[in-house]
Amino acid sequence: MSSRLKENQGSDMEAHYHSMSDKTLMRLFILPTLVLLISINVFPLFWSLFLSFTKYTAKMTNIWGKNPEMIGIANYARVLTDPEMWVKFITTAKYVIMSVAGEMILGFGFALLLQTKFKGRGFITTLLILPMTMSPVIVGLRWRLFYEPNWGMFNFLLGLGRIDWISDPSRNLYSIVIADVWMWTPFVMLLSLAGLSAVPKYLYEAAEIDRASWWFKFTRITLPMVYPILMLALIFRTIEAFKIFDLPMGITGRGAMAPPLLSMHLYNVSFVTWNTSFGSSIGYIMLIMVLAITLIFVKYLNKAKQ
Amino acid sequence: MAGVKLISLTKTFGDVTAVNDMNIEIKDKEFFVLLGPTGAGKTTTLRLVAGLEKQDKGEVFLDNISVNDFTPALRDVAFVFQYYTLYPHYTVRQNLEFPLKSKLRSFTKSEIKKKVSEVSRILHIEHLLERETVNLSGGEMQRVALGRAMVRTPKVFLMDEPLSNLDAKLREEMRRELSRLHFDLGSTFFYVTHDQVEAMTMGDRIAVLNEGRMLQIGTPDEIYNSPKNVFVAKFVGSPAINLFKSAIEKDTLIIGKKEMVLGIFEKHRNVLKKYNKKNIILGIRPEDIEISREKQKVNSFKCAVYFSQSMGAEDILNLKIDNINFRAIAPPKYMIKLGETVYANINISRSHLFDSETEECIA
Repeated sequence: MSSRLKENQGSDMEAHYHSMSDKTLMRLFILPTLVLLISINVFPLFWSLFLSFTKYTAKMTNIWGKNPEMIGIANYARVLTDPEMWVKFITTAKYVIMSVAGEMILGFGFALLLQTKFKGRGFITTLLILPMTMSPVIVGLRWRLFYEPNWGMFNFLLGLGRIDWISDPSRNLYSIVIADVWMWTPFVMLLSLAGLSAVPKYLYEAAEIDRASWWFKFTRITLPMVYPILMLALIFRTIEAFKIFDLPMGITGRGAMAPPLLSMHLYNVSFVTWNTSFGSSIGYIMLIMVLAITLIFVKYLNKAKQ
Repeated sequence: MAGVKLISLTKTFGDVTAVNDMNIEIKDKEFFVLLGPTGAGKTTTLRLVAGLEKQDKGEVFLDNISVNDFTPALRDVAFVFQYYTLYPHYTVRQNLEFPLKSKLRSFTKSEIKKKVSEVSRILHIEHLLERETVNLSGGEMQRVALGRAMVRTPKVFLMDEPLSNLDAKLREEMRRELSRLHFDLGSTFFYVTHDQVEAMTMGDRIAVLNEGRMLQIGTPDEIYNSPKNVFVAKFVGSPAINLFKSAIEKDTLIIGKKEMVLGIFEKHRNVLKKYNKKNIILGIRPEDIEISREKQKVNSFKCAVYFSQSMGAEDILNLKIDNINFRAIAPPKYMIKLGETVYANINISRSHLFDSETEECIA
């Protein structure tokens, strides 16, 4: 046994001298990705976790014990007890619920409408998908122009007069919701279309012969069959809406008039006031919340698949 | 219960004529089978009867009433699909109850319950009633689908290859059950299949279709023993019929370069007079070729066993005379081996003769 092992090692060594073995080559190919992944994903993840338990600002030089200085869970305690923070949580929740609900209802509705065959269906589908293909920052800036209270098209088209959609804090959350729904409804629509086209036609035909009502076909055939893929769209959209940043940044900017969204606040804390450690703790709380929401949805998704 | 009448029914999809001038009259309480290869227009015909497609021309009568303008719901037919069309997230009982709950039928709760238990008893699915349909096996699902068709005693049962997704053993079992069901219910069955065994075993009458055209209507016996043309002869029967191009000279049929010379059956002589010196197609079913080790008096030919398939109850022999190949059925007791030389004795009285141009049967 041992002699055979030696023999094998010997032949391996020989192969190594002649050319690289498959495994070496494989590792060589993976290495760049691994280095990048560790340096810009994994390391920051753990470093920010560490920072969230300290008092630290990235603006000043690192002096161990002073900057960063260990302060335990003080940052987290502050996040969870500060009434200002709760306003941000609630605003974000409102934003997520409104935009995701709007996207789901409209997206699924459009998909249902696009199911019936009519002339120019392909063209209209392509047009409807366009918003999704644009860069969010550009979309944000474009909607800012659109919402402009004095000469913007939005007020003009709806005949609303000079309503301020950008800096009025009672309203600008809704303007971002509208832009978000405009941009991401096509995403839900696309997924729904895929789901709908997978529903076997003969189920509808059987229902037709059984004298089933429109409502029955919708609730008993369509919905159960597309439910898993709708759930998937819901998961994607909720996660995205939760951490929305580029759209509000484009529409309202990060100023005092911007709606109190978590991600905006995180940006202000970390990169305007440079309270890096407090920002990290907000980031971690957001991460935990997103993970919790996703887990709940995934549980439902798995149930639906059974 | 009702008969079905199709009058010059035609349906095209783009350039393809799926159903071409179809005329069928199905009697009340008949088990009628539409048989044909894939793309013959069988399913389209059935869908036209159900109203799931709209015909370009022609008329559909159910129970002597023209139903051309009726929606599928109003035609009062039941359709059993090739795939198990059960409603998801419904139990078996809910699936069976569903067609009865329509507002167009006013059944009381106890009536519905009675009907469901009656149907489930006939189909042996009583023990499955409270189960969700996703957990059922293929055979069970198809039985539930059948049950859903049965509960509302429709005018006609339309079945589109309902057994083709089942495995061989279950298919055979369901064949028996369907025949029995037809007998018990006494309703009209309009059944589509590409499987000639299903057609032969279950049908009261069979219509053979190809490329949208109806080629022959008849009882299984008529279809098998007097096929009207080459297609029907080839399509029905397994192993398939042997077809020989043969020339007629006086009272003999010559196959190939006189490798086989057969005396014409007396009753065929008159019909074949006008084909003298011409070619025809001779069809002989494999079971009409008898195998022997010694040469017999008439129409006996020496041939080599090229290949043999044992089916248990019989052996299918592929035989060869120079360049002529054909098949015969032999009892396994002969223990015939590959490469062996045997004599094929052709029963000329059971031969089928076809015109070589029109491929229609001449005798």
